[in-house]
Amino acid sequence: MKIAVCVKQVPDTWAEKKLKADTSTLDRESADGVLNELDEYAVEQALQLVEANGGEVVIVTMGPERAAETLRKAISMGADAGIHVLDNNLAGSDAIATSAVLAKALEGRDFDLIIFGSESTDARMSVIPAMVAERLGLAQVTFAQKVNVDGTTLTAERVTDYGFDTLSATLPAVVSVVEKINEPRYPSFKGIMAAKKKPVETLTATDLGLDPSVVGAGAAWSAVADFAARPPKPAGVVISDEGSGGTSIADYLTTSKFI
Amino acid sequence: MLNAELRIFQQMVRSFANDVVAPVIGDHYEARTFPYEIVSQMGDLGLFGLPFPEEYGGSGGDYFTLCIAIEELARVDSSVAITLEAAVSLGAMPIYRFGTKEQKEKYLPSMCSGQMLGAFGLTESGAGSDAGGTKTTAVRSEGDWVINGSKAFITNSGTNITGLITVNAVTGTRPDGTKEISSIIVPSGTRGLTVGPSYSKVGWNASDTHELAFDDVRVPLENLVGAEGRGYAQFLSILDEGRIAISALAVGLAQGCLDESIKYANTRMAFGRTIGTNQAIAFKLADMEVRTYTARLAYYDAAARMLRGEDFKRQAAVAKLYSSDIAVTNAREATQIHGGYGFMNEYPVSRMWRDSKILEIGEGTSEVQRMLIARDLGVN
Repeated sequence: MKIAVCVKQVPDTWAEKKLKADTSTLDRESADGVLNELDEYAVEQALQLVEANGGEVVIVTMGPERAAETLRKAISMGADAGIHVLDNNLAGSDAIATSAVLAKALEGRDFDLIIFGSESTDARMSVIPAMVAERLGLAQVTFAQKVNVDGTTLTAERVTDYGFDTLSATLPAVVSVVEKINEPRYPSFKGIMAAKKKPVETLTATDLGLDPSVVGAGAAWSAVADFAARPPKPAGVVISDEGSGGTSIADYLTTSKFI
Repeated sequence: MLNAELRIFQQMVRSFANDVVAPVIGDHYEARTFPYEIVSQMGDLGLFGLPFPEEYGGSGGDYFTLCIAIEELARVDSSVAITLEAAVSLGAMPIYRFGTKEQKEKYLPSMCSGQMLGAFGLTESGAGSDAGGTKTTAVRSEGDWVINGSKAFITNSGTNITGLITVNAVTGTRPDGTKEISSIIVPSGTRGLTVGPSYSKVGWNASDTHELAFDDVRVPLENLVGAEGRGYAQFLSILDEGRIAISALAVGLAQGCLDESIKYANTRMAFGRTIGTNQAIAFKLADMEVRTYTARLAYYDAAARMLRGEDFKRQAAVAKLYSSDIAVTNAREATQIHGGYGFMNEYPVSRMWRDSKILEIGEGTSEVQRMLIARDLGVN
């Protein structure tokens, strides 16, 4: 089977993130770019499916020049090839434009399955997988904690507020995965060196036949009107237990409208 | 300074150290237990085979790649880092560099996979810096080497997965009266080999260190590593390389001290503000960065020279001397920044403080490094 995994370069999860004053967009230079953590689970899932069923894994990303390293990292886990959509006109694209770009990059390549991480650690919208599925007219199974493929039937457990639903779909389909699904492997040194030799296709928006007016910051449906630094954390309240600790905590939580 | 592949590799080892090593190593350290489960995973990642070619089960990297891995591990914990350093640089490297094809085929694949650790028996209770003072002997007898003597402070020599010890023993006397030393492989479990109990050490408490006794230990003549009588020259070249690896380990520890101190200085409140806003603390942190950065450049340069095939002896000694010195300084400063908490074993900096001192001693004391540097400068 042929599987595409869409990945994103995000600022290091643990770094202090800043917005740029002039464009109100994320200052990506202020922190190291890393592979979005949830995308590692997506790559792992694709590798496991291919190890069980045969086939190939292609990593797809959209991002600036330096996202190439993230693409390499994902390939070094064991994937076979990469597609990098690299175009300055794409900077500032919102989810709608991003999904249009990814859909164009994915279509016509006969992927049986397209896997995403369920969210990126920077934007945290979780909408791209659904939007891409919609644009490609494919079945979507989002927030999967378990995925099985049998022939052309995909079965998945979709996490819900009350537990999980078991869903099935016919391939080709789009899946997004949550971190419960597996334990991503570390790329070995051999894998990293091998990734250097794997083919990576670099495409612009024009190559994909996209009208420049529908992508980039100018086409975004939403804009950041204003932002402010997070206020410093206020000092906590210390409740000493003199026999009525429980009541005091409950009172505090009630006053703060937590309960 | 690193190319894309090395940056990805560095990131990988960093995540491994943070996600796999950091959560459990404190408990191993306290209990003085060897972290088998971590070592096994390091093996799966190919860390033990980094500088060796794939034909022997290696990862096809080089010595610098190994140094990057050691630095990243030491940033979180030195016991794990020294286990890797000793296994590769002292355990497997002599066999790779000087061993016969048969020896390489027999031992390297399991050493590269981390399933077997090798140890290097050089130091003796009465012969450390002065390795010429070696008293352990090996004599030929009926097609065997018969080894008698003892070795001290031998890393990785008593784990459940230790497979061999390369022992340096006196095998003759040169015409000028100096001792002729040879390196001989002694498989673990050989009759007459006694592995002493674990040392009670100040630091590196999750690493494995033992005293070894050899009482008429017999191994076949073909267990000789390299040329007979060339043991001294062989281990000197192994130690030259090893200094770069120890330097990487020291840089990792110095960086780890800085990482922990920044975190602490940015969150610990005193007199109504975070302590990092005090210049007394901020300047300490700046100085820690200057030292770490400089020491890293020194070992990067020594490693680059070595890989280019240039003379690197002096640069390796400079890197080892300087980085171990600043590791001790950074550990002291980090502990000071942490105040009372820095003296509590649950804080990583306390471990780093305990682990730092040995860096000025192991694989050539700071005094030996100065001696080497001075000699290389032409000071007689």
